[in-house]
Amino acid sequence: MIDFIAIVLIVTGIGFFAVGSIGLLRLPDLHSRLHALTKADNLGLGLVTLGTALLAGSLATAIKLLLIWLLVLAASAASANLIARHALERGDER
Amino acid sequence: MNDSGLVNSLTGSAITICVLALLVTLMLGLVRALQGPSLEDRLAAVLLLGTGGVAFLLLLAVLWSAPALIDVALLLALLAAVVAAAMTRQEGRRD
Amino acid sequence: MNALLWTLLDLLLAAMLLGLGWAAVATRDLKRGVALFIAFGLLLALAWARLRAPDLALAEAAIGAGLAGALLLAALRDEPRHEKPAAAHSRAGLWTLNLLSVLLAVVVAWALLCALEMGEGLRLAGAVTDHIGQSGVSNPVTAVLLNFRAYDTLLELAVILSAVLGVLALGPARRGYGLPGPVLGGLIRWLVPLLIVTAGYLLWVGAHAPGGAFQAGATLAAAAVLLRLGGVDRAGLPAAAVSRWLLAAGLLVFLGVGLSLAGLGYGFLQYPAGLAGGLILVIESAATLSIAVALALAYVGGWSRSGSTQPDSTQGGSH
Repeated sequence: MIDFIAIVLIVTGIGFFAVGSIGLLRLPDLHSRLHALTKADNLGLGLVTLGTALLAGSLATAIKLLLIWLLVLAASAASANLIARHALERGDER
Repeated sequence: MNDSGLVNSLTGSAITICVLALLVTLMLGLVRALQGPSLEDRLAAVLLLGTGGVAFLLLLAVLWSAPALIDVALLLALLAAVVAAAMTRQEGRRD
Repeated sequence: MNALLWTLLDLLLAAMLLGLGWAAVATRDLKRGVALFIAFGLLLALAWARLRAPDLALAEAAIGAGLAGALLLAALRDEPRHEKPAAAHSRAGLWTLNLLSVLLAVVVAWALLCALEMGEGLRLAGAVTDHIGQSGVSNPVTAVLLNFRAYDTLLELAVILSAVLGVLALGPARRGYGLPGPVLGGLIRWLVPLLIVTAGYLLWVGAHAPGGAFQAGATLAAAAVLLRLGGVDRAGLPAAAVSRWLLAAGLLVFLGVGLSLAGLGYGFLQYPAGLAGGLILVIESAATLSIAVALALAYVGGWSRSGSTQPDSTQGGSH
């Protein structure tokens, strides 16, 4: 039963990753691409993390996984901002 | 690391399919890295590899019962952030 | 069905790696090449993980993707803004290069085929598994690196030291950065402590799980790179006098342990049974610091001119 829930979570997570990638490919400009990428991917990662935490078998591992997700969340937020800012400032130079 | 019980079960196969799908997703993102007209598009693709790579590693870790891969995922997340900072650092006054 | 899935996965991964590698090398725009190279490094770390080599995956993520990328970017930064067009090569020269590349590829492919067909024969893995009880650690990679083939690691540390001495001889540190903005500053404030703690963890865990001195040292160096990007010109390194000692510490401790053991009658780098684990930890700790200082110095480019850690605003770039 737990396996089933975990698989559902993981598959949904991968689905969000796919949406993020499609957004990266098809959206018209960098900023909308970043938007799609960070939001969809981090949500996807969160679902995948939940699923793997369920399958992990020990509480310590589950907590470690969740902490990694939080780390990626914070790092992605900062990175996306840095990339978008970089694009804005370079755009001014052209 | 030897094969654990998860690899041959139904759950294991499902996870394997997910890993494959994830890799296809990463490949799609890499197309943007190769095409993307500006440098920042390629940086977005590096960001994708960072997040997607963590998911990839976590799935493999649970598939093979290899907690070491969780450590790799941690390091990948940290280093992806360092790389993003390095690539976007502008000169001088502000970031 | 599973086998088919894994074959597909491997083919896809290999194709992505080849495509990225080719694109990274074949492009004329250097910044684009570096971005693709970093992506290639990250993907290669995933490939190592798929091959069940977490130690290599850790090293690839830290060194291959993170630090190599940072070093290339630092080199690019000092390039003149507008490159001269590449000098025209003679056709004969190009054809010779192509021929030599094809020959090299053929030789490598032949070597790979020989290795794959080797089949039975003395494999390192079997020998290591038989003797791991005597090595003092339970991680086979660490056992090989720090015990069975410790001499190789000693020489690797010497190579790293020589490379950094070369960098130091080329001149003083490159120009630094100005003050960071709020986002970068905030990122650095929590990422650097996390990197330092992770480095300590990797060093400690290397005895019984994937990790070890090289990975830990590279992680510490990544923290130094971050500090430098944040305007701390000395990148968190201590004063030059202390840094020199740290740079040599890995090699000195390794040699010291080896020669002491030789002097005591055990033989060069032949650890006595009970002490092996402890000695390995001591050597790895020193090696971690050395590798971290070496990589950080390579990134910074040399000794800082000023002695302070204030952001060097007089050197702020104008372009």
